[in-house]
Amino acid sequence: MAITPPTVRIWWKEPIAKVELIWIVIAFIWGLVMFFMMIYWHGAGQQNLSNEAYKTTPEQYAAKANAVVEAHKVRDEAGYPVVHPPAGSDVYLIARLWQWWPILELEKGQTYRVHMSSMDWQHGFSLQPTNINISVHPGYDMVVTMTPDQAGEFGIVCNEFCGIGHHMMIGKIYVVE
Amino acid sequence: MAITAKFRTCPSTGLKVHDQAEKLIKANAVAAVVFLAVGGLFGLMVALTRWPAVHLLPADWFYLVLTAHGLDILLVWIIFFEMAVLYFASAILLNSRLAAPKAAWTAFGMMLIGAIMTNVAVLQGNSSVMFTSYVPMKAEPHFYLGLLLFAVGALIGCFVFFGTLVVAKNEKTYQGSIPLVTFGALTAAIIAVFTIASGAIILVPTLLWSLGIISHIDSLLYKTIWWAMGHSSQQINVSAHVAVWYCIIGMVLGARTLSEKVSRMAFLMYILFLQLASAHHMLVEPGISSEWKIFNTSYAMYLAVLGSMIHGMTIPGSIEAEQRAKGYTNGLFEWLRKAPWGNPAFAGMFLSLILFGFLGGISGVVMGTEQLNLIMHNTLYVPGHFHGTVAAGTTLAFMSITYLLIPLIFRREIMFKKLAQLQPYCFALGVAGISLFMMGAGTLGISRRHWDITFADSILSFEVPGTAFLMLGLNGIFAILAALGGLIYVIVVVGSVFFGRRIGDNEKVMDVPATAAVTQYGSAHTVSIPGTVVLVAVFFTAFVLYYFVNWKYLAEVWPLR
Ligand code: HEM
Ligand SMILES: [Cu+2]
Ligand SMILES: [Cu+2]
Repeated sequence: MAITPPTVRIWWKEPIAKVELIWIVIAFIWGLVMFFMMIYWHGAGQQNLSNEAYKTTPEQYAAKANAVVEAHKVRDEAGYPVVHPPAGSDVYLIARLWQWWPILELEKGQTYRVHMSSMDWQHGFSLQPTNINISVHPGYDMVVTMTPDQAGEFGIVCNEFCGIGHHMMIGKIYVVE
Repeated sequence: MAITAKFRTCPSTGLKVHDQAEKLIKANAVAAVVFLAVGGLFGLMVALTRWPAVHLLPADWFYLVLTAHGLDILLVWIIFFEMAVLYFASAILLNSRLAAPKAAWTAFGMMLIGAIMTNVAVLQGNSSVMFTSYVPMKAEPHFYLGLLLFAVGALIGCFVFFGTLVVAKNEKTYQGSIPLVTFGALTAAIIAVFTIASGAIILVPTLLWSLGIISHIDSLLYKTIWWAMGHSSQQINVSAHVAVWYCIIGMVLGARTLSEKVSRMAFLMYILFLQLASAHHMLVEPGISSEWKIFNTSYAMYLAVLGSMIHGMTIPGSIEAEQRAKGYTNGLFEWLRKAPWGNPAFAGMFLSLILFGFLGGISGVVMGTEQLNLIMHNTLYVPGHFHGTVAAGTTLAFMSITYLLIPLIFRREIMFKKLAQLQPYCFALGVAGISLFMMGAGTLGISRRHWDITFADSILSFEVPGTAFLMLGLNGIFAILAALGGLIYVIVVVGSVFFGRRIGDNEKVMDVPATAAVTQYGSAHTVSIPGTVVLVAVFFTAFVLYYFVNWKYLAEVWPLR
């Protein structure tokens, strides 16, 4: 019994029952399938998170973001600049207590290098409703190359708890045809 | 000490019970239940706040109460109870004295003071940082100090456990190898040492930082080391509750495991493949290479998962083999139908096994897949997953074994028997609901730890899908059921422990069935467990289908590289 010492003293020499053995083999193979699936997706799949990131400081990062905003601002909305950067360019998104800044306007089917970094605490980039979730840290400039493939209005929710204003931290991305 | 140790002999099991071990088990279990009650109430308040139609608490209280819920229930309840399990699995099951009762009492005291200190810090309002306390968000120093005290206390408890194993071996209190349950507990304790070491490595600098002595802690480094503790501690929980499952089927049914070798190897895998730095919490962090993520989440994780999948067959398999040997041999499932469903220890154990596998296990593997994490990270899917593992799995397993500990260790008769019989079903249904509906909301992109999905106070607006409101409403309703199940548990335990009929010194309260009822291994008999094979096949099919459905979901989001 499980609460008493094994009845067969040399328990490590007991043979294993066939059903158990078969299950162990199946479960092991399933592990391999799942392992190769991740690798396969790196080759064949469209959604892989980049490994590209740089050390930065809030000041350096903010300077880059401001430069892009100045160069490509197209209008203002609710106190936020709306930026329409050229396709293929580097776009900077600032996360800070409690906003995603600026608002981005991207073109459908075009590819952008979207940078994200935090000015203060950790935040969570959660692009909805498409549902992409990425952690944003202070001191790290994360670069994600994305290709919006649907037009419309997208919200950036903050999904890493960042204090009392966490639930007010909403950003916006417009994808235009 | 060896000479002065006082023992009694348990009339039901024939085990020798060391008086100090018994007292320590009681103290730890009682402390655990108190924190479960407090933490569970907090959980209900959180769920009722997330139910948009109710929206119980204001935002600051919501984040405060959520921090307290995570701490009190994930850390304090579970680890206090694990201490009781460790002392039980060593001193009691091995007929031994506890190695160092004074150290064990010191451990208990430190854990209690630490838990109270951290709770005070949280309730004072300046430490609503969640139990993960990610830097650079800062809590008060006594928040971290309390956690450290608690952790060091638990570490001392683990060493008392190791010491007891040594004492039992030297004093030859048992024959042959340690029992499987003790082996499982040993696995848990070994992992605990690794866990607590990681915890100290990260919490000590964080404490110094909150005191202003250290000026900066890198947030990514913090997260990596924090999860070396945070994840491994979940591996402790799995080892402990699997040991508890084996213990319950042994004590209630007299079932022995199908194969000692396989079960022990499966436990060993938890140690060997403890995920290094727990990569699956770091899948969407900046600057971590895909190779590292894939290695750590596959080699390191799938073999630990394999361990759980093995237990997932051996445990129902052992029950089936035992029941068939008792003559319940009709059809595929007579053994299961005629199982002691009216015994809350057994019912809770079996529900815990099923829910852990189907809800917690499958979702955990899916979410821990490098790319799939992109569509789940930090959504409500995450709490949905771990209420399947720690609430439905660990908590329900620990609740179940309490129904055996009360008559055997507290020596009181269970009060309110009818309520007690109902309890596991009520709690299981409730937690299964919250687990499923939080996962549902998460799949719709709803964030965890979030006070207001309508974003009413923000400058920019965003509308979440209407079904999300439905999911959170259903979550609230099932939360009430879960809380009710928790409340019944607390009432039954407190009632029985303080007011239950005392059980006499020579009174037998249960028939712990004799061993060797089951087919012997290595002989011509082979086990035949067709019912279990069907259960496992259903599980495996669900797993595979669900896994690939999520790849399909992933394929629909914006291309990224
Ligand atoms: C009465 C039963 C319970 C209810 C109603 C409940 C409900 C909830 C809810 C609604 C959340 C919040 C999700 C969010 O907004 O992020 C939550 C978080 C959590 N729950 Fe529970 N829960 C219960 C029991 C448990 C148990 C038994 C455990 C563990 C043993 C547990 C561990 C946690 C943890 C660790 C968190 C995460 C806290 C955080 O995000 O910092 N819960 N629970
Ligand atoms: Cu934020
Ligand atoms: Cu936030």
